[in-house]
Amino acid sequence: MPAVRSSRILEREDTLAFWLLFPTFALLALFIAYPFVRGVWLALTNATVGDPGHFVGLKNFVKVFNDSIFREAALNTFVYTAVTTVFKLALGLWLAVLLNRHFRGKSWVRAFILLPFIIPTVLSTLAWKWMFDPTFSVLNWTFYKLHFITGRINWLGDPELAMASIMIVNVWRGVPFYAISLLAGLQTISPDLHEAAAIDGANRWQRFWYVTWPLLLPVTMVVVLFSVIQTFADFQLVYVLTGGGPANATHLFATYAYQIGIGTGLLSEGAAISLAMFPALLLIVVFQLWYIRRVENR
Amino acid sequence: MIEGARWKKWVWFYLPLGAFILGLLFPFYWMAVTTLRPDIELYRPWNSPLYKPFWTSQPTLEHIKNLLYETLFGQWMWNTMLIAALATIISLFCGVLAGYALARLRFRFAGSLGTVIFITYLVPQTLLFIPLADIIRDYRLGDTPWALVLTYPTFLIPFCTWLMMGYFKTIPKELEECARIDGASRWQAMVYIILPIALPGILSAGIFAFTLSWNEFIYALVFLSSPEEKTVPVGVVSELIRGDVFFWGPLMAGALIGSIPVAIVYSFFVEHYVAGMTGSVKG
Repeated sequence: MPAVRSSRILEREDTLAFWLLFPTFALLALFIAYPFVRGVWLALTNATVGDPGHFVGLKNFVKVFNDSIFREAALNTFVYTAVTTVFKLALGLWLAVLLNRHFRGKSWVRAFILLPFIIPTVLSTLAWKWMFDPTFSVLNWTFYKLHFITGRINWLGDPELAMASIMIVNVWRGVPFYAISLLAGLQTISPDLHEAAAIDGANRWQRFWYVTWPLLLPVTMVVVLFSVIQTFADFQLVYVLTGGGPANATHLFATYAYQIGIGTGLLSEGAAISLAMFPALLLIVVFQLWYIRRVENR
Repeated sequence: MIEGARWKKWVWFYLPLGAFILGLLFPFYWMAVTTLRPDIELYRPWNSPLYKPFWTSQPTLEHIKNLLYETLFGQWMWNTMLIAALATIISLFCGVLAGYALARLRFRFAGSLGTVIFITYLVPQTLLFIPLADIIRDYRLGDTPWALVLTYPTFLIPFCTWLMMGYFKTIPKELEECARIDGASRWQAMVYIILPIALPGILSAGIFAFTLSWNEFIYALVFLSSPEEKTVPVGVVSELIRGDVFFWGPLMAGALIGSIPVAIVYSFFVEHYVAGMTGSVKG
């Protein structure tokens, strides 16, 4: 009976493992490894939409690195990632500490607080775009009524301010993820340790700094690295809020790659811009793998 | 918390918590108010004396009607549902099998294959979308749901695998060994003993995968072009804005209604969702 024979073959651990992993690796090879190789190849040609082009070496990269908009996009991406990560971590940790107490309605608060993270980003970003609208902005109205401002704030129209506005939305979306993940980390810390430290005379701040923080660090690192990768490669917020404008001031790697590669059809140049993200991403991933291994081996 | 100093609790606890809740939830309230507000109120400048931002005296369903009858919104909802469901099923199937193999079986390269999956988990969609668009065109999948059904698993499978690996590791090995002593094959032990126990983990992974698919934007934006093939996020952004004119009523109605399926799935399974999220981080 073939069924019996096949089941006997599946008794061997490596054969079974092969078949269990086969579908996963087939899909990943087809839609991650192959596109990556193809992307590198594309970046080395002068292909455009409908024209496969031919090999041109590093010409695209040279062109891109001499492009002032690309340089600004690169700088924007690093600043954007650094600034939002600091705010997300600080606010997320604060919120996690608040949520780590007992109070009525805690599970409701926790459930609702995650909404910015789970609601499709593009859709919630549209709500922000409407809130930032120069003529109808509810934020302007509120700040005006509170006497914080006397004139209007042109949230998305001014280059500097537009970048800040995008950062605000990114922080808004990211804080719940930080808070809930760090809360999960906080809950694994035994209250006994705090009591012991309190008996030894540590004040609230010392207890946080010498007890909570070191124990929370491994979770924090993983959360931060995940979020850094996502933020670094961000696309949706900028695409919806400014489309890279005004005057190309708010482009990130991804939105500029989209504008060049898809918008104007210069596939090869777009691929080169996308790939320019790769070294930084690789560095983060290598660091993350190294860190996880170190924590596991401790 | 030291009792007695009541105002202290207000200043250090209720006030900041209230501010967080207000800040995090206000945009959703704003979506809802805008959806129900008639145009005449909607387009009143913020410095006009009649500007009443936080409520409306004449709520209207005009924008929702407009969205449902004058646009392809219903079609987009259906497309997104179908794509998200199929991508989730494929990813769960692959992820559960792979997670089991990596957590339970001993074979050569087990460690490095696990690392490879972890690395693909960290590959952002924006790194590969241009060559992928080329490949999708080659396979003649462009502008069909299959372009997304087949590519979404690339970021869902690594996540599902990683989550399931963690889950399988918490199930005691003895359970399987007992079944094997009673004459079950490895395959049978996996399907009949381990998978039913792992059901909560599978549920977490599935919910997370579904919401991620619903959320995905750049692949859907690049691979689909006909209005009737689009998903909700892309349809709302690209089809409800005519030129430079934003119709904020229908736009916010679309954002609100387009979020509802995700919100429902989430509200039913909050605990599973949180478990999935924190599990994915802990690894």
